[in-house]
Amino acid sequence: MTVTSKHLADQVLSLSKAAETEVLVAERESHLTRFANSEIHQNVSERNTEVRVRVIEEGRVGVASTNDLSEASLSRLVERARMLASHAPATELPPLPGPQEYAAVPHAYAPATAGSTPEDRARVAGVACRLALEAGLNAFGAFETATGRRTIANSRGLFATQQATKADYNLVVMGSDSSGYASFTAADASGLDAEALARHAIYKALRSVHPVAIAPGAYTVLLEEDAVADLLDYVAAAGFGGQGLVDGVSFVSGRLGERLFGENVTVWDDPLGQGMLPAAFDGTGVAKGRLCLIENGIARAVAHDSDTAHRLGVASTGHAFPAPSPSGPYPSHLHMEGGKASRSEMLRGIERGILVTRFHYTNLADAHTATMTGMTRDGTFLIENGELTRPLKNLRFTSGGIDALNHVRMIGQETKLVPGWYGATRAPALVVDGFRFSGVTMF
Amino acid sequence: MKDLAHRALNRAQLSGADYVDVRFVKRTFETITVKDGHLAGLSLDESAGFGVRALYRGSWGFASSAQVTPDEVDRVAALAVAIAKASHTVQREKVDLGPAVATVGRYETPIGEDPFRVSLEEKIAILMAADAEMRAVPEIRSTEASLGCQREEKTFASTEGAFIEQVLTETGCGIAATAVGNGDVQRRSYPNSFGRHQATRGFELVREVDLVGNARRIAEEAASLLTAPVCPSRVTTLVLDPTQLALQVHESIGHAIELDRVFGMEASFAGTSFLDPTMLDGFRYGSDIVNVTADATASGGLGTFGYDDEGMPAQRAPIIEKGIFRGFLSSRETATKIGRASNGTMRADGWERMPMIRMTNVNLEPGAHSFAHLIGEVEDGIYMHTNKSWSIDDKRVNFQFGCEIAWEIKGGKLGRLLKNPTYTGLTPEFWASCDAIGDKSQWQIWGTPNCGKGQPGQTAHVGHGAAPARFRNVRVGILS
Repeated sequence: MTVTSKHLADQVLSLSKAAETEVLVAERESHLTRFANSEIHQNVSERNTEVRVRVIEEGRVGVASTNDLSEASLSRLVERARMLASHAPATELPPLPGPQEYAAVPHAYAPATAGSTPEDRARVAGVACRLALEAGLNAFGAFETATGRRTIANSRGLFATQQATKADYNLVVMGSDSSGYASFTAADASGLDAEALARHAIYKALRSVHPVAIAPGAYTVLLEEDAVADLLDYVAAAGFGGQGLVDGVSFVSGRLGERLFGENVTVWDDPLGQGMLPAAFDGTGVAKGRLCLIENGIARAVAHDSDTAHRLGVASTGHAFPAPSPSGPYPSHLHMEGGKASRSEMLRGIERGILVTRFHYTNLADAHTATMTGMTRDGTFLIENGELTRPLKNLRFTSGGIDALNHVRMIGQETKLVPGWYGATRAPALVVDGFRFSGVTMF
Repeated sequence: MKDLAHRALNRAQLSGADYVDVRFVKRTFETITVKDGHLAGLSLDESAGFGVRALYRGSWGFASSAQVTPDEVDRVAALAVAIAKASHTVQREKVDLGPAVATVGRYETPIGEDPFRVSLEEKIAILMAADAEMRAVPEIRSTEASLGCQREEKTFASTEGAFIEQVLTETGCGIAATAVGNGDVQRRSYPNSFGRHQATRGFELVREVDLVGNARRIAEEAASLLTAPVCPSRVTTLVLDPTQLALQVHESIGHAIELDRVFGMEASFAGTSFLDPTMLDGFRYGSDIVNVTADATASGGLGTFGYDDEGMPAQRAPIIEKGIFRGFLSSRETATKIGRASNGTMRADGWERMPMIRMTNVNLEPGAHSFAHLIGEVEDGIYMHTNKSWSIDDKRVNFQFGCEIAWEIKGGKLGRLLKNPTYTGLTPEFWASCDAIGDKSQWQIWGTPNCGKGQPGQTAHVGHGAAPARFRNVRVGILS
C-alpha cells in the first residue's frame, strides 16, 4: 500500500464530523501507444489521484470528489459533501459496511505491466506494423499498460486497498477490402506474444479478401470468443443487475431458480480468479466472492450492492460502483464455463453456417427480452461442410440473447479474456443454431 | 498559469520538441438524480490538471498530470517529448500541422441564469415534483429525473504564440418513466432519452423544458405502450422527430465525416468511414433538400465554444450542400493531408486526454414544411419519436435504430400508438430518400453529452440541430 492513499483516507476521515463517512482514493497511471497505417500516431501518458467522499447524516447523502490533494482542498471537499447532504431529502439507507475480510489477489498486479516503457510499447506496435507491411497490409491498433490502486475506508472501521495492473492490446490488420483482428488482455503484459498476435490478424486479413454477400436469415454460427463475450455482457446488463430486479424490469424478475438458458450454459462472476482482472472488493469496500449467475441454464442470482440488497432483503454480493450509482450494480467479471470442443471439432460440426470473429456496436434493441443488434467485423466467413470456404460481407444480427444461449450446440475448450465496460469477460467460442441475421452491408 | 504554461513549452523545447502545446483545465460537474421518489445521487466533482502535447521530428507524444506544480510541469513536459521520441521509432510519414496558429483570445459561454447559483433546494424540488407526477400513473414501476451542470475553465498555449482562455458552462436535465404490466416493460423519456438534454446555456434551459409540466404525459404514454400493438414489419414512409433525427445525423453523418476516422486513426476500435477525400464535392450524400453544416458558433449548442483545443477559432463549415458532400470535420494535421485548412474540431475530454476530432454542432438545416404538411402528405406511414437503441457498422453505413414510441400515419393523420418501433437502412440510400424537412419553427439544437470515441476512451459533448423530416421506402419493424 502506498503511504499516500492510506494517509489521504485517514486525513479525510479525521476531517469529517458526519455520522457516517466513506472515502475512496483512486490512484491511476496509464500509458497508451496507438498506431494506424503501420505507424504510431498517438502516444499518451496520464497520472491522476481522485479522492471521493460520501457523507451520510440521518439518511441524507452527499458525494463530492477532487484531485487536488492539498490539505485545504480535502477540507473543502468534506465540507462540500456535508453541504450537499444537508440539502438532500432523507432516504432509507443501509448502514455503511463494517470491516471485511478480503481474499488475497496478488495476481491482480504484475511488475512487467507496471514497468512497461514507451519503448516497450513501441516495440510491440512495431512488430505488428512491420509484419503487416511485409504482407502488403496495414496495421491499426493500441497497446495500453495501466497501474492503479483503489483504497476505501469508512467511519465504521472498514479499510481496503488493492493495487492492480492491466495490459490491453488490440490489433486490426487491413487490406483494401479485408481485415483481421487479434487482441490480448491480462493483468500481466509479459504474456503478450506480439508476433503471434500479428500473424493471427494477418492470416484473417489475407483470408478475407474479396468478400461476397450472403442473404440475411437464420444460420448456425461459430461465434469466436470476442463475439461471445459481447453477447454475455449484454445479457448480463439486461438481466443480472440488482436494480433491474428492484424495478421489476429484468427478464429474471420472479424467475430466479428457473431454467432460462440451455443446460450446457454456466456463467459465474469470478472477481478473484486467475486469468481474470481480479478485484477483491467493490466500490464501497464490500468483499467480493465468486457468484454463480447461471448454473446449467438455471438463473441462480443477480449482482447486488448494499442498496439493492437492502431493498430486497438479501445480502450484498459485492458489486457496488462508487457512489453515487443510480443505475445500480452489474456483474463485471463474467466467466462462461468452457466446454470440450476443439476449434476443428466445432467447425466440423457445421454443415452450412457463418464464422463471426467479433461484433461491432452491439446494443440492446429490447432490454426486456435481451434482444440485441450489432454488426459483424474483421473476419466473417461462410462455413460449408465443416470448412471455411468464402469470406463474407459483414452482416447485421438482430437476435435474442436468451434465445442464443438456449441454442448452444458446442462450447469451445479454450477461453479468452475480453475487455468489457467495467471489467473483463472470459468466454469460450460457441456454436449456436438459428442465429438471426437481419441485414447486410456494403463491405 | 501563464508562467507555468511557458515553463512547459520551454522545457519541452529544451528536450528537443519542434512544436508544443499545453492545456490547463479545471472541470466542475454537479449532478442530481432522483429515482423512484428518493434522492439517488447528489454529487459535486472537481478535476483539474494539465496536458502537454509535443511533436518531435513529426511524431506525437502526450503526457498529463493532476499536480500543477513547477516540478511536475518539468517532468510531464520532458515525458511528453520522451514519448514522442518513442513514437518516432515507428514513423512512416511526418506530421505536418500546416500554417502556424497564433490565436490570442478569450471566450465565455453566454448564459442567462448561472446554474451553479440556483439553490440545491430548488433543483431537488423540481426533480422530486416531476418524479411524483410520473409515479402518480399506476402502471409506472420506476422513475428517474436528473439535472447536471458543468463548468470548464481552460487555458491553452503553444510554441506558435497562441494563448487562449475559455470558460464553458453547460446545463442539462431529463426525466424517464418505466411502465411494467401486460407481460411487458416500456419506457418514455423527456425531453430526450439516455439521461438528459444538455446545452451551453444557463438554468433558463431547465425552466423552458418544464419537466414537471410534461411528467404526467410522459408517464401516461409509457403506460399506454404496454397495450399498444407492435410496430409492423414492412417498407413504408417514415417521419422522424427531431430528437431521433439528431441521433441519425450523429451516427450516419457526424461520425462518418471525421477525417481522423477516414485516415484510419480509429480503425482498430471505433472503426473507419465509407467516405474518402476523393468523394469531396462530387459524392451524392442525400437528396437535393439535405443541407448539413458543422457549426461551433451556433448559440446554445452543446458543441459550441470559442476555440478548439488546437487554438483554432470556432467555425461554421459546410458538410453537405443540396445533397452533395462538401467537407469533413478536420484537425490541423488531417486538413493539411487533403490540402485544406482545419475547421476547428479538435477537442479533448479533460486535461488528461489528447485532443481528437469531435463533432461540434453537426446540424441538418431546416426545410420548408410545417409538421401538419409533413404528415398530411403521407397516405400510409409511421412517425417515430425518441431514441431507444442504436447501432451502425464500422464504416457508418448499415444502421438500425429503435425508438421509444411511434404512431401510425393513415390518410395524412396520426393514428394509433405502436410500440417497439425500429427502422434500418444504408446511409446514402436513406439520406437520398429524404423528401421533406420541417421548417425553422420546429428546428432546435439537441445536445448529446455522451459521444464516445478514442483510446483511452473520451466522452464528447456534441450538438445536432434538427427539425422533423420524412423519408420514403424505409424498412421498419425489425422486432415484430
